[in-house]
Amino acid sequence: MNWLSDDAISRLQAASAMPDFAGTRYRLMERVGSGGMGVVYSAEDSILGRRVALKVLDFPDVSGELATRLLREVHILARLEHPGIVPVHDAGTLTDGRVFYAMKFVEGRRLDQLDARKDRLFDRLRIFQRICDTVAFAHAHGILHRDLKPGNVMVGSFGEVLVMDWGVAKIIRSTPESAGECLSEGNATHATDSETTALLETGHGAVLGTVGYMSPEQARGEIENLDARSDIFSLGAILQYLLTNLGGTPLQPLSAIARKAMAPERASRYASSIALGQDIGDYLDGLPVSAYPENIFHKLARWASRYRLAIVLVLTYLVVRVLLLLWFRR
Amino acid sequence: MTQDTQIGGPSGKFPATRWSAVRAARSTDLAERKRALETIIVAYWKPIYKYTRIRWGKTDEDAKDLTQEFFARLIEKNYLADFDSSKARLRTFLRVCVDHFVANEAKAARRLKRGGSAEHISLDFAVAGFEMEQAKVSLTNSASPERIDEFLEKEFLRSLFGLAVEDLRKFCESRGKKTHFRLFEIHDLEDADSERPSYAELAAQFKIALTDVTNYLAFSRREFRRIALEKLREMTTSEDEYRREARALLGVESE
Repeated sequence: MNWLSDDAISRLQAASAMPDFAGTRYRLMERVGSGGMGVVYSAEDSILGRRVALKVLDFPDVSGELATRLLREVHILARLEHPGIVPVHDAGTLTDGRVFYAMKFVEGRRLDQLDARKDRLFDRLRIFQRICDTVAFAHAHGILHRDLKPGNVMVGSFGEVLVMDWGVAKIIRSTPESAGECLSEGNATHATDSETTALLETGHGAVLGTVGYMSPEQARGEIENLDARSDIFSLGAILQYLLTNLGGTPLQPLSAIARKAMAPERASRYASSIALGQDIGDYLDGLPVSAYPENIFHKLARWASRYRLAIVLVLTYLVVRVLLLLWFRR
Repeated sequence: MTQDTQIGGPSGKFPATRWSAVRAARSTDLAERKRALETIIVAYWKPIYKYTRIRWGKTDEDAKDLTQEFFARLIEKNYLADFDSSKARLRTFLRVCVDHFVANEAKAARRLKRGGSAEHISLDFAVAGFEMEQAKVSLTNSASPERIDEFLEKEFLRSLFGLAVEDLRKFCESRGKKTHFRLFEIHDLEDADSERPSYAELAAQFKIALTDVTNYLAFSRREFRRIALEKLREMTTSEDEYRREARALLGVESE
């Protein structure tokens, strides 16, 4: 019998832990990553002949709490049909008792894998705007992500931007008319249905999220104080990451946007991710941003930057005109 | 949920075998008892030998003698009759027994000399000695109980997996699936200095399709898992204990 090294034992444990999809339509290909409570594998859907991603609960789960959370994630994803959220195809329980779900296989890079040399600031900001759109959509449907960070955003090969890993998302019922600006203080109500109650009970006082990206109230475990502005804090941290971690000195208006989104007091942050995305859009369009009060010089500089082509054309025209006048007067 | 998913595969289920070596070791049927004790000894002698060497600082020769004497005494005195799975794991129980045994080593040795009735057990200590060198473990007698349990757990897992791998090899050979096992051996068992071979590299090496590599490896892993769980079941006395052990050792979920 061959000697089994510690590494070999780990591999055998991993192989034993590998979910058994025998008898199902899926053929496992390889492990592609892991989330908070499950492992993601790529697999082939033998009926439809396409590649899918399978997220399988892979943690010894004596209480069944993790299986409940994974199924809740499936329900949340199924509820959120949006181009920025990966669609779920199927869900179930394997014969070995493990819960899984199948979703679209996304090929691309995570946001924390972007390359500053290739991905220009303009492109990064456009990506960020789309993250804001997706998060706004989720908020409009009464759902907080609670773990927004660069590692949970995928940028696809064709430019698609997907917000992933809704495993610690929180469902909060919002009033129907508040779709645009929902979940801010004053108009959000905690749901009392069994699903949400279960989640609140599960998460009561627990700190779920990622240090460096979670809001102060989330870090303190103040579940009852979480609303859209907690996700906005995380969005601000992502923006900060895109501005600083990828090189270069951030421009003042953009830094101001990130600062406002990450304000320690919730009331000082943007009221919605739509407003945050709007400020980024305004910046890209050369318009003033709400987070950055301008003086006359800043206004002139921005105006000159926004109309620089027109200014160059007019100045060129004037110079040529003057030269022509001087020529004919000679 | 799809119909397919609910059906599942037979190999995905936990083994149906209900035979427990630990329970059978208390049997009044001598043949049954002997078979059960052999099963337990095969799985546990290496961890116990290594434990005796490391925890008690015994020399190779002393540890060999003690291990053989311990298992001989286990059979003779039927120690397992006192084992209660609701109170402790089998390996913890065995560890306590070994500690008692080694502590009374001189007395036990005298009894063995005088009585000379202990059954001789054939164990391959050369392999165990080699494994000790490979493992480079360092567990002194001042180690905490948690560290000792961790060590025994790891060694038991190594022993269990080693037996399962050997059974898998025989199983594959008997079914004309040598390539299946060889792929499993190269990809999952062997330690490479460089990166592990990719599926594409294995396909090229064995001149088979990439999908065959995927299927062969899936087969081998599935069978390995089945065999390992069957062995684990033999070492437990109840369904609950079995599931707890399966979760802890293999990281798998039961039905």
